[in-house]
Amino acid sequence: MIFEGLADRLQATFKKLRGHGRLTEDDVNEAMREVRMALLEADVNFKVVKDFVKRVQERAIGQDILATLTPAQVVIKIVNEELTALMGGSQSRLNISSVPPTVIMMVGLQGAGKTTTAGKLGLALKKQGKHPLLVAADIYRPAAVKQLQVIGGQLDIPVYAMKPGTDAVTIAKTAVPYATAHAADVVIIDTAGRLHINEELMQELKSIKAEVKPQEILLVVDAMTGQDAVNVAESFNGDLGLDGVVLTKLDGDARGGAALSVKAVTGCPIKFVGMGEKLEALEPFYPDRMASRILGMGDVLSLIEKAQDVYDVEEAKKMEKKFRKDEFTLDDFLSQLQQVRKMGSFEQILGMLPGMGNLKKQLDGVDVDFNGKEIKHVEAIIRSMTSAERADITLINGSRRKRIALGSGTRVQDVNKVIKQFADMKKMMKQMQKMRGGRKGFGSFKMPFMH
Amino acid sequence: MGFFDKLKKGLAKTRESLTGKIEKLVLGYADIDDDLLDELEETLIMADVGVKTTEKLMQAVRQGIKQKKINSPDDLKPFLEQTIRDMLVSGTDEVRLAAQGPTVMLVIGVNGVGKTTTIGKLSAYYRGQGKKVMLAAADTFRAAAIDQLEIWGQRTGAEVIRHEEGSDPAAVAYDAVLAAKARGVDILFVDTAGRLQTKSNLMEELKKINRVIQREIPEAPHETLLVLDATTGQNAISQADLFSQAAPISGVVLTKLDGTAKGGVVIGIKAELSMPVKWIGVGEAVDDLRPFVAADFAKALFEK
Repeated sequence: MIFEGLADRLQATFKKLRGHGRLTEDDVNEAMREVRMALLEADVNFKVVKDFVKRVQERAIGQDILATLTPAQVVIKIVNEELTALMGGSQSRLNISSVPPTVIMMVGLQGAGKTTTAGKLGLALKKQGKHPLLVAADIYRPAAVKQLQVIGGQLDIPVYAMKPGTDAVTIAKTAVPYATAHAADVVIIDTAGRLHINEELMQELKSIKAEVKPQEILLVVDAMTGQDAVNVAESFNGDLGLDGVVLTKLDGDARGGAALSVKAVTGCPIKFVGMGEKLEALEPFYPDRMASRILGMGDVLSLIEKAQDVYDVEEAKKMEKKFRKDEFTLDDFLSQLQQVRKMGSFEQILGMLPGMGNLKKQLDGVDVDFNGKEIKHVEAIIRSMTSAERADITLINGSRRKRIALGSGTRVQDVNKVIKQFADMKKMMKQMQKMRGGRKGFGSFKMPFMH
Repeated sequence: MGFFDKLKKGLAKTRESLTGKIEKLVLGYADIDDDLLDELEETLIMADVGVKTTEKLMQAVRQGIKQKKINSPDDLKPFLEQTIRDMLVSGTDEVRLAAQGPTVMLVIGVNGVGKTTTIGKLSAYYRGQGKKVMLAAADTFRAAAIDQLEIWGQRTGAEVIRHEEGSDPAAVAYDAVLAAKARGVDILFVDTAGRLQTKSNLMEELKKINRVIQREIPEAPHETLLVLDATTGQNAISQADLFSQAAPISGVVLTKLDGTAKGGVVIGIKAELSMPVKWIGVGEAVDDLRPFVAADFAKALFEK
């Protein structure tokens, strides 16, 4: 179940409106209904939505529609800008104390991902040349201390724990001098998950705060949180005074409207996002990307950046030339495939493209394997060919196909499929060349990330 | 305190934010107009009933007005109460047990919803009924998950089948099923690693676990329980949808329903997922996780 993106919805609303000169109140009201639904479905808190829609409405009415934009695009642009602004405009960093150690407290509900995030944060700081110390102050959940110790072991970061039965405040209090004595300059305190309405446990956090005077209290929030996110953030902020928020589990398909709710009620910046189970998967927060995600407009920027990361510019130029001269071979096809694989799973890539929500749904469970398994098979097939075969597919007759199938552990049908796909691709390239009159050739058909 | 009172206490905030608000809302209006309906819609969404279910309820209300079933604001609450009650009590929510041999319950869900804790509490529940319980530590991924389950095993007097961290979870499940059969266990809980429903490789792993269990006991798993965190918003729908593609879900366990205003999510689950809710957790104590009884829940939600 994937919600329709706002872009598609607005496009439908404005279908009849093409070519209008100015957005009227009626147009805008209709559009706002869609904006409202999109935000609610993304789990943005109702009150936050109400304020937000009002602001956008005021800005949109009477707005001129530029010749190059459709009415839907004008509205999306305003919504996106307002949303980005509301989420903090730009990135914000951790407060690092000038006198070490810097003390960071991780707080949040049960199951938000505090322990994992503590580890991830430790790793990120270690990579920056810091010497973190993880403090196991979750004395309630069975094996929580052990979990932090295992994570610390994996990352080679020391973990401070005390014998069972010690209260959390004592653990936190004694951890800070321990850090100073052992040359650790960042202390990350992992606290137990608790409900914001549990007064006793909230008092424990207040006591820890009073004892260790942290530079940074980070609220860890699950990106899947619903309407209640506002109450949680409000309570934690009211009791402790938060400095920042970490949004976890964003690698799933949650729109993450909670980010907006939390930001709106606490005013605290979102400092990091958790993007996967691996301990490296902690990323800085980009408000503009989050805005696109909440609106279901894909994450075009991230995709471009990812592509840039893995795309070799030289390679791209060489490829372009080959396209032009029709010298594209199976070898090149293979290296293209590998480039794509480096960018992540197909699923991830599709998720980042606007308007792909539906396609993804259609492709789900059809014969496209998002695991990259299919690509792996293709790779195996091509690798089982001789270099002569790769350069000229017309060489590949029946007995060669059989050999290739055997060599790659696939079936002859699979080999046929790859050869056919490749032939089709070449044909398509030729047609594109013709369409462009061959003058500029492929040069004018650049991918956004080709320079 | 009986469980019904606990349920009522756990749902106090929800009652306040849903039923209470509707009552207050109705007082402020002499006639039913668009403003009243807008505010009603707001109330439903804020209680995490879900966008789609709210739409459904609002449609029912508008229909009711048209058919003259609702003539004044005072008619709104009883009308909604009835509609919500109907949504809640649809389908059966009873737990399925094996007629013979061990009952296998596979417990699945995204990260951090409380799968291991749920198993601990369920183990305590069935041990309390005098059943022989076994726990399979098939979450071999998360650091110390096995130890966490082990502690629950010790607390509740249930044997835990475990392998090394990082080993194949299907192998753990396989060993556990064999052990459960051999040792005359009544109920076997299989704990799995938390996984986001969009990770297809992890969903494949789940299919494999399911397959392995099924091979040993054809009608097992007797229950495949999806654990949902009540704090979750609209993503619950995606979770239910994608998880059931990997392992046919027989019911939902709703955790962390305690104390906050999010009880409305149960209505959304019943109406939008049409999945039975089998267990609900209304507190942190071991005996706060109980079988879900729709009639009781509705009663606790509407009664003062």
